[in-house]
Amino acid sequence: MLTAAASTDLNTVEYVVFGVIAASMAIAAIRVVTAKNIVHAALYLVVVLAGVAALYVMLAAEFIAVVQVLVYIGAIVVLLLFGTMLTRAPIGTTSDLDNEQRGVSLVVSLFLLGVLGWTLTKAFGWSHMPETPVQRTADVGNSIFQSFVIPFEVVSILLLAALVGAVVIARRD
Amino acid sequence: MHLNAFLLLAAFLFCTGVYGALARKNAVLVLMSIELILNAVNVNLVAFGAFQRSIVGHIFALFVVAIAAAEVGVGLAIVLLIYRNRHSIDLTEVDLMKG
Repeated sequence: MLTAAASTDLNTVEYVVFGVIAASMAIAAIRVVTAKNIVHAALYLVVVLAGVAALYVMLAAEFIAVVQVLVYIGAIVVLLLFGTMLTRAPIGTTSDLDNEQRGVSLVVSLFLLGVLGWTLTKAFGWSHMPETPVQRTADVGNSIFQSFVIPFEVVSILLLAALVGAVVIARRD
Repeated sequence: MHLNAFLLLAAFLFCTGVYGALARKNAVLVLMSIELILNAVNVNLVAFGAFQRSIVGHIFALFVVAIAAAEVGVGLAIVLLIYRNRHSIDLTEVDLMKG
């Protein structure tokens, strides 16, 4: 049983941890889209993905946090690095990675950020998260195999189709 | 913890991804930006799931992860094919469908 003071302390700690994670994610995300070196961009992407996994842990979603590390950091980043090597993209610093639409893109994304930020502040204001119980892996499994069996099967067929499709597209014949 | 802390961070990630997808001309970097966008959406799904005390947000996020994996696989295969045909993955040169 937490006293009120201890719970306030815990809240402060939560905010500090969130702030550190959010700041490192924001800096790394900006570096992903501005880095002059493709391999550096991929490594900054790892920081962002690890930050997302940490956010999942803060949201008490343990299974999806583990899946995030396994699938994104373990598989997708490696796949992207393989793609970089196989296409002999310029490994090393180069200034030739951006097209001439940078100004317009910046305007578009800042506008989008403004609209999203305004809408979210207006809609959710200062609403607090409830005390979330940890979402146990067993609950996730039960839910997938009871309520979501058909979407699960559809996704497995989709993955099979994507696998076969990737092999057919990339095959040298 | 405020719900909006997560939502605004996800919105920032999303907009960074949109900037990257529009401003980069290397195909692999565009795929990385799309990963940023998908992750932002996933953070939103899990945050709303926790907010509503429902597990459905997690399930949706898992499906998004699976589809993102398929997307990267097929996307890289297409990038490899473009590279094999044109010896470059500069997206500004892939403009056969431009009128």
